[in-house]
Amino acid sequence: MNVIEAARLGRRYRTTWAVRDCTLAIPAGRVAALAGPNGAGKTTLMHMAVGLIAPTEGRVTVLGGRPAGSREALERVAFVAQDVPLYRHLPVADMMRLARVLNAGRWDQSRAERRLAAMDIPLRRKVGKLSGGQQAQVALTIALARRPELLVLDEPLAPLDPLARHEFLAAVMETAAEDGTSVLFSSHVITELERVADYLVVLARGRVQVAGDVEDLVHGHQLLTGPADGVAAIGSRFDVVHAQQGLAQAHLLVRQRTALAQSAQPPDGWQAHPVTLEEIVLAYLREPGASALPGPEPVVIS
Amino acid sequence: MKIDKQSGPADGDADGASRITFRLDPASGVPTYLQLVHQVEQALRLGYLARGDQLPRVKDVVGTLAINPNTVLKAYRELEHRGIAAGRPGQGTFVRAEPATVPLAELNGLRKSLLTWLRAADSAGLDTDGMTALFTAALRDFHERRAAAGAPRGAPEQDPGQADRTA
Repeated sequence: MNVIEAARLGRRYRTTWAVRDCTLAIPAGRVAALAGPNGAGKTTLMHMAVGLIAPTEGRVTVLGGRPAGSREALERVAFVAQDVPLYRHLPVADMMRLARVLNAGRWDQSRAERRLAAMDIPLRRKVGKLSGGQQAQVALTIALARRPELLVLDEPLAPLDPLARHEFLAAVMETAAEDGTSVLFSSHVITELERVADYLVVLARGRVQVAGDVEDLVHGHQLLTGPADGVAAIGSRFDVVHAQQGLAQAHLLVRQRTALAQSAQPPDGWQAHPVTLEEIVLAYLREPGASALPGPEPVVIS
Repeated sequence: MKIDKQSGPADGDADGASRITFRLDPASGVPTYLQLVHQVEQALRLGYLARGDQLPRVKDVVGTLAINPNTVLKAYRELEHRGIAAGRPGQGTFVRAEPATVPLAELNGLRKSLLTWLRAADSAGLDTDGMTALFTAALRDFHERRAAAGAPRGAPEQDPGQADRTA
């Protein structure tokens, strides 16, 4: 099952396309990262996936073909928006009571209480007086109390200090481990992604530039270092994503054309080095024309 | 719901306590799952873990390190491949065997031949960085050739620690 499927999805604001021609299939049971620079269309894509805005063209479904925004989709998806939408003047206890009423029928009160207690969050304090990390934990608690099958988080880490980031990610990972909750989170910071995400979507200028299993992406790319006059020969065997070239020596970040291990062997005179996910993402972002997308497998939209 | 049985990172209660905890070295360049594998092997060598002990539960590991659960599962699968651990459905992963250790006399012999090599490299004019680079390159070739020769992935002799000793 795919937790999010998009087919030629697009959204236009007046004359500008925020997202265009987006075709995606994110498998279930993954922690998927949606990366890309600011303004790449991450929030627009997420808002369409959770049903907050309608697409201008194309379609998006969640959790095995349920139309985004439909009742059966909304019941199973939890979304935490970028600005952590809480009532800041309410004490935490009242905020939780409100969330409970608004989510009647799908609310795990004991889970919410235990999470807040474990995080040492003072129930009488006003939400606005909590630290940024605590506010994020309250928002996450509300999302998790709905026992979602898909948890969507828009830039959850951006306002948090390093310790709060760690605690927030740990809480999300625990949920993924324990309940098998699928997670999609966006971030313009790519340094932490490799530890956390096992599926990656890179969005640039409204288009999907990279999509795939993190391990496949890391294994499918390497850095080749060799003589600058041999670059052309490399191009016949590998897809060169990004080249850094001096007069004598060149560094090429390349993608294998096939999954066969022997085709990954560099030619004589070239040295191969493994690359990190961060290097791969940066290389693609530097070369907007390059893309690493799954082959033309049919995306099933029921 | 089990998530709150541990009410903090230092879960000292009998239920959530585990013999070892993992830590990550982000600068090592070693993939996260391999770091976990090596730490279990090292804990066995040092006696922190013994046959029958339960490895930290996946939920506890990800809750401490903030890493993807599949990374922990991959590490535990690798330990199973190496014959060190075994999963028990619904319970967790347990230590099955201690890693094979090399007798002390043999270790000393290997150390001596390494020292001979180091002296030869030194008189050839290699400095420490040069020696390390050469050794690392040779070790990588060794692994690649072995992999190309079709040695089963995860076979105990593929363990880098043991490869060191036979290189």
